[in-house]
Amino acid sequence: MTHPPTGIRRELMKGNEAVCVGAIAAGCRFYYGYPITPQNDIPEYMSAHLPPIGGMFLQAESEIATINFLLGTSASGKRVMTSSSGPGISLMQEGLSYMAGSELPAVIVNISRSGPGLGGIAPSQGDYLQAVKCGGHGGYRMPVLAPHSVQEMYSLTMLAFDLADKYRNPAMILGDAIIGQMKEPFVPEPYLSTVPAEKPWALTGCAGRPRQYVKSLYLAENEIEAHNWKLHRKYRRMEGEVRFEPYHMDGARIVIVAFGTSARVSKTAIQWARQEGSPVGMLRPITLFPFPSRAVDEAAERADVVLVIEMNTGQMLEDVRMSTRHHDKIRFLGKPCAMPTPEEIHQEIRRLAGEIAVKTGGVR
Amino acid sequence: MKGETKGTFPRLVFKRPESLVDVRTHFCPGCHHGIAHRILAETIDHFHLRENTIGVACVGCSVFLYDYIDVDVVEAPHGRAPAVATGVKRAQPDRFVFTYQGDGDLAAIGTSEVIHAANRGENITVLFVNNTTYGMTGGQMAPTTMLGQKTATSPYGREFRNDGYPIRMAELVATLEGTAYSARVATSTPAQIRQAKEALKKAFGMQIREMGLSLVEFLSTCPTNWGMKPLDAQKRVLGEMSEYFPLGVYKERKQADFV
Repeated sequence: MTHPPTGIRRELMKGNEAVCVGAIAAGCRFYYGYPITPQNDIPEYMSAHLPPIGGMFLQAESEIATINFLLGTSASGKRVMTSSSGPGISLMQEGLSYMAGSELPAVIVNISRSGPGLGGIAPSQGDYLQAVKCGGHGGYRMPVLAPHSVQEMYSLTMLAFDLADKYRNPAMILGDAIIGQMKEPFVPEPYLSTVPAEKPWALTGCAGRPRQYVKSLYLAENEIEAHNWKLHRKYRRMEGEVRFEPYHMDGARIVIVAFGTSARVSKTAIQWARQEGSPVGMLRPITLFPFPSRAVDEAAERADVVLVIEMNTGQMLEDVRMSTRHHDKIRFLGKPCAMPTPEEIHQEIRRLAGEIAVKTGGVR
Repeated sequence: MKGETKGTFPRLVFKRPESLVDVRTHFCPGCHHGIAHRILAETIDHFHLRENTIGVACVGCSVFLYDYIDVDVVEAPHGRAPAVATGVKRAQPDRFVFTYQGDGDLAAIGTSEVIHAANRGENITVLFVNNTTYGMTGGQMAPTTMLGQKTATSPYGREFRNDGYPIRMAELVATLEGTAYSARVATSTPAQIRQAKEALKKAFGMQIREMGLSLVEFLSTCPTNWGMKPLDAQKRVLGEMSEYFPLGVYKERKQADFV
């Protein structure tokens, strides 16, 4: 740890640990989880750091129990978090649907690994569709944040708590094995809450007020229809939370769209290509839901080529296609269950630059 | 009514428990949920817990707990009530937390949750209503269905070679170290109802004294899905059901382990 003269404090930590530091800074004192690679640093950190500050760490018998611990603690009005990886997140889908239906906030961290099935422990972005389209029953939405650095593992975790409380809805951090295991310095900026701390809907015993309940069952005529429209309006309001990073987008003829680790690697390749004079930039979605559709469309309008890069066989690709009518400009570079190297991306940029040059008759 | 009785009788001997909401229930004639609800409400009143309680409703006929018991209630996914109760109790250890679950909920889909909550010695109270069938979905076979019992999904009668044996949850939960109290009661006679209330008071007391998980299994009826008249259903509880599911206290902790 260094203390530069500017007074900026830096921490050197793994991404998984930065999630924990961010959660604790945001006032989370309840963590429940179940062991699964590659996220075990999170429960291990929380089991060591929560009890001394009066928090609660509890290891569940399954991810099914875990998400229901979250449901109970969230219904009590407390900030609560869990983390897992693909197979465990699958087991939580039932509970996530109930929490969305019951309008309960919580933060769920997916340090995703390869799939389907037991898959492997290699990093992957194969859980994009499950996270963004929501894998539980009944149809619902949740904010999905995709950090691409340890700094963002810290800061987006804090944001996830605020978004969850603001909308009374689960929120997800979608990381992967590389972002989780990678160690780099980050600045632990202080947490500044953007939401009120009071939760009048919480179940704390009905002293001095009529009893209240937290539920998702609506059997009276038209009740569930009205509930669905209410939730839908909330999901529309969430669209105002869209966040993305434009990277070297000035005059970019080749626009990369990538998130998380893919975006991090792309930055290196873009730097190399820019040094060669290639007009390449990147639009990096930070929120996967809401998806920065308008920004993607505007970039596609101006660009010659849109290159979607993912550590899967094409999942966010569907959202990029839905965002713009320029389908003919869209290309895809996929590497399921492995990190694309900067060299591979650089090579693809060069190839596309050549393609553009042939098409436009220009020289580069 | 209250005003009239005051003038007519020298003292009040019977009234609706404060914690029981004054509405008609949706339960079928002859169903014991109403009795169990009343015992629950009386016990909440007895310990003055109404304003300090969070109930956890399960999936099944008992889901409408929040319409009948005048306390804060959170609804759990099917079988997950002990896990949800764990989340509530860990966040609010000074509140009284109970679950109210049927046999499909607790003894089938939720077996893992109740076993592990008990094993952790979670300070919650579980009311387990066993009527040997899935009532709300139309009388399908449950793990508690008796051998030979005909249900919507065992039309030829439950057969052990295909479906195994009825599960005895009160005994099973009693084997776990974290369990403070486990008992099976019935509510088919006035004497049984009194005993059931005593059992529930003990179960509440365990949570209040932080002794661990307490469970009371109620042998109940489902005349509608059993295809029986309510009185015949009582006879079934007193007869073959009580023979296979013996009433009694299977575990009663005298002292907390941490003392």
